[in-house]
Amino acid sequence: MTTTATMTMVQAINSALDCTMGSDPSVLVMGQDVGYFGGVFRCTEGLYSKYGAHRALDTPIAEGGIVATAIGMGVNGLRPVVEMQFADYIYPAIDQIISELARLRHRSGGEYFAPVTIRAPCGGGIRGGQTHSQSPEGIFTHVCGLKTVMPSNPYDAKGLLISAIEDDDPVMFFEPKRIYNGPFYGHGSGNTPGASSWAGHAAGQVPEGHYRIPLGKAATVREGQKVTVLAYGTMVHVAEAAISACGVDAELIDLRTLLPLDIEAIAASVNKTGRCVIIHEATRTSGYGAELMSEVQESCFWNLRAPIERVTGWDTPYPHAFEWEYFPSQQRIIDAIARTLTFD
Amino acid sequence: MTSSKSAAADGGNTTYTSKLHVPSASSRPGEIPDFSDLQLPAAGLTRKPDHDCDAAQTQDLATGLVRVLNDEGQAEGAWQPELSAEQLVQGLRHMAHVRAYDDRMFRMQRQGQLSFYMKATGEEAVAVAQAMALSTDDMLFPTYRQQGLLFVRGRSVVDMMCHCISNARDNCKGRQMPVFYSWKEGNFFSISGNLSTQYSQAVGWAMASAYKGEDHIASAWVGDGSTAESDVHNAMLFASTYRAPVILNVVNNQWAISTPQSFAAAGTTFAARGSGYNIPGIRVDGNDFLAVHAVTQWAAERARRGLGPTLIEHLTYRVAGHSTSDNPDAYRSETESDAWPLGDPIERLKQHLIDLGAWSEEQQTTLERELKESVTSDWKEALSYGSLEDGPHWPVSTMFEDVFKHMPAYLRRQRQQLEG
Repeated sequence: MTTTATMTMVQAINSALDCTMGSDPSVLVMGQDVGYFGGVFRCTEGLYSKYGAHRALDTPIAEGGIVATAIGMGVNGLRPVVEMQFADYIYPAIDQIISELARLRHRSGGEYFAPVTIRAPCGGGIRGGQTHSQSPEGIFTHVCGLKTVMPSNPYDAKGLLISAIEDDDPVMFFEPKRIYNGPFYGHGSGNTPGASSWAGHAAGQVPEGHYRIPLGKAATVREGQKVTVLAYGTMVHVAEAAISACGVDAELIDLRTLLPLDIEAIAASVNKTGRCVIIHEATRTSGYGAELMSEVQESCFWNLRAPIERVTGWDTPYPHAFEWEYFPSQQRIIDAIARTLTFD
Repeated sequence: MTSSKSAAADGGNTTYTSKLHVPSASSRPGEIPDFSDLQLPAAGLTRKPDHDCDAAQTQDLATGLVRVLNDEGQAEGAWQPELSAEQLVQGLRHMAHVRAYDDRMFRMQRQGQLSFYMKATGEEAVAVAQAMALSTDDMLFPTYRQQGLLFVRGRSVVDMMCHCISNARDNCKGRQMPVFYSWKEGNFFSISGNLSTQYSQAVGWAMASAYKGEDHIASAWVGDGSTAESDVHNAMLFASTYRAPVILNVVNNQWAISTPQSFAAAGTTFAARGSGYNIPGIRVDGNDFLAVHAVTQWAAERARRGLGPTLIEHLTYRVAGHSTSDNPDAYRSETESDAWPLGDPIERLKQHLIDLGAWSEEQQTTLERELKESVTSDWKEALSYGSLEDGPHWPVSTMFEDVFKHMPAYLRRQRQQLEG
């Protein structure tokens, strides 16, 4: 029996950290400003006063050093949860992540592993310009040995983060910062079918205790017969609004985990609808949507009734002044759905 | 299997008694600020070494402190720069201009006119004195807190504002966040949002200058916190190896957002870090306009004579928050900036000029009023070219330009999709 509370995504992430730190002394959080200050987005607030400076560990500004030391800690029995202040700052750590963290188990014949979780706020919509808005998940899904997760709501965020921390494999955990404090349906006068705050959203009711949502399992947000829409992170909400606005009987799947991908759930849906629209905020070329198209094509070719559509960020750096022209809009999603329906 | 412990394996019953050392801060909210660790020699005592010295001959300077202005505002010792009263007044004017600009922009952010802003309050002397000590042909690789360089080099304040509000006159074409200026005409490099990445690029620029047999030097800046990035190691090793004509500055303003300098300083000074790379290191009172100018001139002379890099640590204090996104009262004592022992750079230069008989309190009051009026008028003009929310901006389609020199077909197709 566990009680639930209304939580934002920030609070749900904080609760996941608190639950795992409370039950397992090998879990610690580390990163820039995560200790005394509680993180620039407040995700580690209160952990310093509750667990001390050693377990809510402020670090030097050296992402490569943070991940490298987390690997060493992980090898020596700890379970570090690293916070990258922004996903855009992850690149100095990329050699440690790709060449070391991801491959350690494999290269040592299974002798060594490092159960490190790397949390990183990602995505646009907060006027962050090109260095505070990126969605680099596709870089990491391309790497062998990393699991990659992106939740779209508080309930999933907590359950997925607990699973990630307790997983013995390294996990990249991307947090869409635009929906940290409430759902977001796109900019401007588009349709806003859902709650304006997490308090009013079903997924804002979060158990206070420990629970897991398994990695590698997608969620069906909305059932439908005419077209399958695949999305993750902030785009789940934009897609939901777009579907509601155009009135098409679409099935919306929230991937939740990008790798390993729940291709079974996706294929079952696309084989039913015969149409597929893929949405992500990240840039288009070599983005994760390209992988999704391939997977869907391989699994569903004989049932496809229309070319698969992609709605993505443009292949340019994220522009400060043109955030809403860049960010995939409801209208672009509606247009893509409509194009798939022109095929019989 | 492995020796790694998982929660499942031991049921989470293990407890640890940590022996890890975690550094402390100069103060946290509710505490009395403590800067007693700082050893501050009196002004004028620190010797000035020969330009062709090596790192071993600057050990005392790397852990000491070059100070010229004493507590009464008088200049003392071997490091006094040869600056006329007119030049000093110009320096004072630039610093006050930066402060007036910062105040205006900070308030405009609070009113929603900017998405973000970062002030340099309390550390204006670093950028202003350094820019005045360098030649205009020298290349600048700043961080986001050296806006003073632009004022000295004569950047139009209206143009700076237009950048910060991403309007149709923004020379960065609406692509960058506020304060990440770029100004090629002024030899001011495009600021990245990522920390310390340009520190080692500055070394490469300087290597090219030496390669071409030119006399231009580069100057680069990082904060105390950013010295932790490996780019700083790369910069120092390459600069030393190739004796690059570059000045490597560390602006130690005590705080990296909420993280104190103790998380990067490793219990010693940042200037001392030059020693292992055989780069002469000098720590200077960063709130002393004269000292910063003199040390910069010394380092520039070394670089220009082919004697290689110098590492300068500017001991200063970040009076404001890191940016408009944080409230410093949440992580340090509200009285900490008052307790900072090296004072305010504008106040100290003003006292010196008054002591010289070249300035007065009345002139200072008039100057500050004029600068406030000037930035108010500049702001109005900047807004006349467009605001962040309402524009006009650059045409949206221009976001596809400059990804490459020539736009490939796939980007032209995306541009067409955007334009419908």
